[in-house]
Amino acid sequence: MDEIPKFVLRCPLPIAADSAIELAHGGGGLLTRQLIDGIFRPAFATTPGDLTHDGAILEIAGARLAFTTDSYVVRPLFFPGGDIGTLAVNGTVNDLAMCGAEPLYLSAGLIIEEGFALADLRRIIDSIRLAALAAGVKLVTGDTKVVERGKGDGLYINTSGVGLVTARQPVTPARVQPGDTVIISGDIARHGVAIMAVREGLGFETTITSDCAPLATPVRDLLRAGIDVHCLRDLTRGGLATALIEIAETANVIIRLNDTAIPVSAPVRGACELLGLDPLYIANEGRFAAFVPAAGAEEALAILKRHDEAAVIIGHVEAFVRNGEVRLDTIGGSRPLDMLSGEQLPRIC
Amino acid sequence: MKHVDEFRDPAAARRTAEAIARITTRPWTLMEICGGQTHAIVRHGVDLLLPESVSLLHGPGCPVCVTPASMIATAIAIAGRPGVIFCSFGDMLRVPSTSGSLNVAKARGADIRMVYSPLDALAIARAQPDREVVFFAIGFETTAPATAMAVLQAEREGIENFSMLVSHVLVPPAIEAILGDTANIVQGFLAAGHVCTIMGYREYEPISQRYHIPIVVTGFEALDLLQGIYLCIRQLEEGRAEVENQYSRSVRRDGNDLAQAAIARVFTVRQQNWRGIGDIQASGLGLAPAYMRYDALLRFSDIAIAPERAGECFSGEILRGLRKPDACPAFGTGCTPEHPLGATMVSPEGACAAYYRYRRPIAVAGA
Repeated sequence: MDEIPKFVLRCPLPIAADSAIELAHGGGGLLTRQLIDGIFRPAFATTPGDLTHDGAILEIAGARLAFTTDSYVVRPLFFPGGDIGTLAVNGTVNDLAMCGAEPLYLSAGLIIEEGFALADLRRIIDSIRLAALAAGVKLVTGDTKVVERGKGDGLYINTSGVGLVTARQPVTPARVQPGDTVIISGDIARHGVAIMAVREGLGFETTITSDCAPLATPVRDLLRAGIDVHCLRDLTRGGLATALIEIAETANVIIRLNDTAIPVSAPVRGACELLGLDPLYIANEGRFAAFVPAAGAEEALAILKRHDEAAVIIGHVEAFVRNGEVRLDTIGGSRPLDMLSGEQLPRIC
Repeated sequence: MKHVDEFRDPAAARRTAEAIARITTRPWTLMEICGGQTHAIVRHGVDLLLPESVSLLHGPGCPVCVTPASMIATAIAIAGRPGVIFCSFGDMLRVPSTSGSLNVAKARGADIRMVYSPLDALAIARAQPDREVVFFAIGFETTAPATAMAVLQAEREGIENFSMLVSHVLVPPAIEAILGDTANIVQGFLAAGHVCTIMGYREYEPISQRYHIPIVVTGFEALDLLQGIYLCIRQLEEGRAEVENQYSRSVRRDGNDLAQAAIARVFTVRQQNWRGIGDIQASGLGLAPAYMRYDALLRFSDIAIAPERAGECFSGEILRGLRKPDACPAFGTGCTPEHPLGATMVSPEGACAAYYRYRRPIAVAGA
């Protein structure tokens, strides 16, 4: 770098000093993390449990409980493959499952805008009922608030969940280690593309449906088979890439992925090519990555394939390093995957 | 996926790379014009397959990168006016200007909407006749036809609450500007397949002859790029300088007549300021006199555009192929996609952002 020349940095662009919340702060990428690390974590540093995980693990009277919460603000409320109700149940159920827990009880808080159609509310409540039934959880408490017209966006839902940890060993990024095999439970990026297609009115010829689904059963099957699952992570906001980068950085490991092994369905790939989006960063609501010791990988894969034929081994954990990262093997070599600052923006050409 | 997987076949890519190595007898420096090509090259690691003596420089074909900061400042000012709905392509929203980005303006309350096509913006105008809808028309010859069609459609339907902030740019004058620079080191070009799908490649023939330089119209997949590089080097090694078409599955010599006719009807060629590069004669498109009433600059004529400030960051030299992104002292440290110092770090098509996303550890290791 010593031959850097006559050139002097004179860039006059003042970057706004993050004086207000942007949408990207909620995008699950770098800005979200800055918010957590800069404001939330310092305020609640004494909170027990692993703040980098999907939920907290609490020891209460000899039992290990998993506890988690999530808010749902999806637009549109109804989308191919689900609605805000199915999402609100499955999202929280899945966060509990990712802690190696059997989901048991949920709460639901509804924030409804004045003027919201009762028929829509009935439909969504019925979705919540059916999704809870399918996931084997009970909705045991709730709350309703109505806000003035214009002060909400139809309907927001918050759900919290409690589950009983059944995994004998902790299921956490901290246990990820060299030699682990990385399996994903199905093809990726359906949910995000399905939402985008309806929200942006993209007239695709094929309907792409969301992958929204409860993940408690495949996780239970893995644990019951005695697989020593090191870590589980559902691939929600920020997609596969963001989830694995977070794990790599927490566990200080290199995760190596095979680009061509990652399953993306043809319609989803087509949509992504068209819009200039990378499916690795697109949200899923019914997919997860499992880190298991190589010795148990084939058995774990067979179990997951019983739930979804597209389950597949996409890579492995290579080594401990000071700064963990995810590397993707491509045609010309391997490249690191980077965390996005917010939502992906479609490219112009 | 059909028509994509074939062009990302690793074995075929290696074979083509070997063919390039076989015919290369000395160092050559090529430039790919289009940001989409830059993105694909670093994403797939195409340049890592090339012999060391072949060097790729990344050209000015990132529309978001070359849109003047003053234009973005104007966009923000227009978007802040009461009653305005401002529509833009997604990747323009994050680009910094002297008065922040459109994203920041949106967070502060401006009604800014991401659209996929100017026709989407027109649809908003149609649906909300009481609002003033402005579309930020940027891009090369690839997006210009859609902009033109939106203007023609607005005229046909008599939609008057619709206007455009136009900052369209043209590829051939940019190539000439690079070649006319005494510091130029580019010996061959990979022209942008999408642009040539619209415009054809007749207009590149006189440039190739005048500067005695090979120009290969090239696609966007890994194999397209390798083939384009192969054809370009073969010309150089044989001492030829012609326009060749690698992307024949999409590009004809004459291009798309209808799209060209729409551009010719709605726009006139004008001098254009390129961010980081400066003014280039006859390198942009402005609305033709008959369509001036759709010009947002006239509709909001009280908004004074601050003149472009010279010498922003390194990006001008990167856009002209004089340097590579990781040669910048601020790369990856003072300048990242979260806090970009210049536009080439903002758009995923920008060379700096592409290097940052796909090459950072290598760049850091070499620093």
